[in-house]
Amino acid sequence: MLGISSIPILKLRDFLIVSIQIDLHDRMAEQLQQDILEQISQTQAKGVLIDISALEMVDSFIGRILADTARMASTLDSEIVIVGMQPAVAITLIELGLSLGGVRTALNLDEGYELLQQTLEEKASEGQTSEEALAEEADDGGSD
Amino acid sequence: MTVVQIREESDIVRARTTAKEAARELGFGLVDQTRISTAVSELARNIFLYAGEGEVHIEELNNHHGIRVSFIDHGPGIEDVDLAMKDGWSSVRAMGKGLPGAKRLSDRMEIHTETGEGTTVTIEKWLSPSSKLRIASSPNPRGGPSLT
Repeated sequence: MLGISSIPILKLRDFLIVSIQIDLHDRMAEQLQQDILEQISQTQAKGVLIDISALEMVDSFIGRILADTARMASTLDSEIVIVGMQPAVAITLIELGLSLGGVRTALNLDEGYELLQQTLEEKASEGQTSEEALAEEADDGGSD
Repeated sequence: MTVVQIREESDIVRARTTAKEAARELGFGLVDQTRISTAVSELARNIFLYAGEGEVHIEELNNHHGIRVSFIDHGPGIEDVDLAMKDGWSSVRAMGKGLPGAKRLSDRMEIHTETGEGTTVTIEKWLSPSSKLRIASSPNPRGGPSLT
């Protein structure tokens, strides 16, 4: 699956896997964001792993794109985990004053995958609990 | 001195890659290389966004002391430098991290700007004594890994 950004987006069961292997210029980053969101909507993927281990720097623009993509994905009921950030990139991001607030990160693809599965299980059980709560409320209403 | 012309978006990538390579050759460690390329990316983008075009000058400071990168444009200039230095302030689609972020990543930053004339931002990153020592003691003058 190749988007217009020409960065491949692979589907593996319920997940999408994106590995950014090139130095992104701004328009490519914007295009990748659009491609990921389109693929989420087309495949109904429940989660996306974005591997940035090959990125040698993340500046405020790419940082914003990543954070925005994660927020947009969650409105499409999909979770994004960013994996493989280089330590030097993490240090620089913080010094730059950028917080990837709300973006889930993991050390590598393995851990990112675990984190996604865990998040989805939690979401499923929360969903169940709220459904049960609703059912109970309905029961209460009936007995009054 | 290396000059990178900024005319289109992909030139931002060229500027930061060139600066990173220069920093590596001067003996900067990976974290400092990343700081430099990130600061260059922010400031080169400022040229592109605010002035449309300009130049990035990358040069070595005297005596392997460090690196200096200047960002020169003849754009509209910055009306209120204090305001532009504030975190989160941005007049266009940028995030408002450009100037203050680049300052934090550098050891020194200077801004010369005049409304209607243009802006020159200069940043410097200095080699720490430990990295200078590494160059001095290394048989390879670039400070690269030695096999001996």
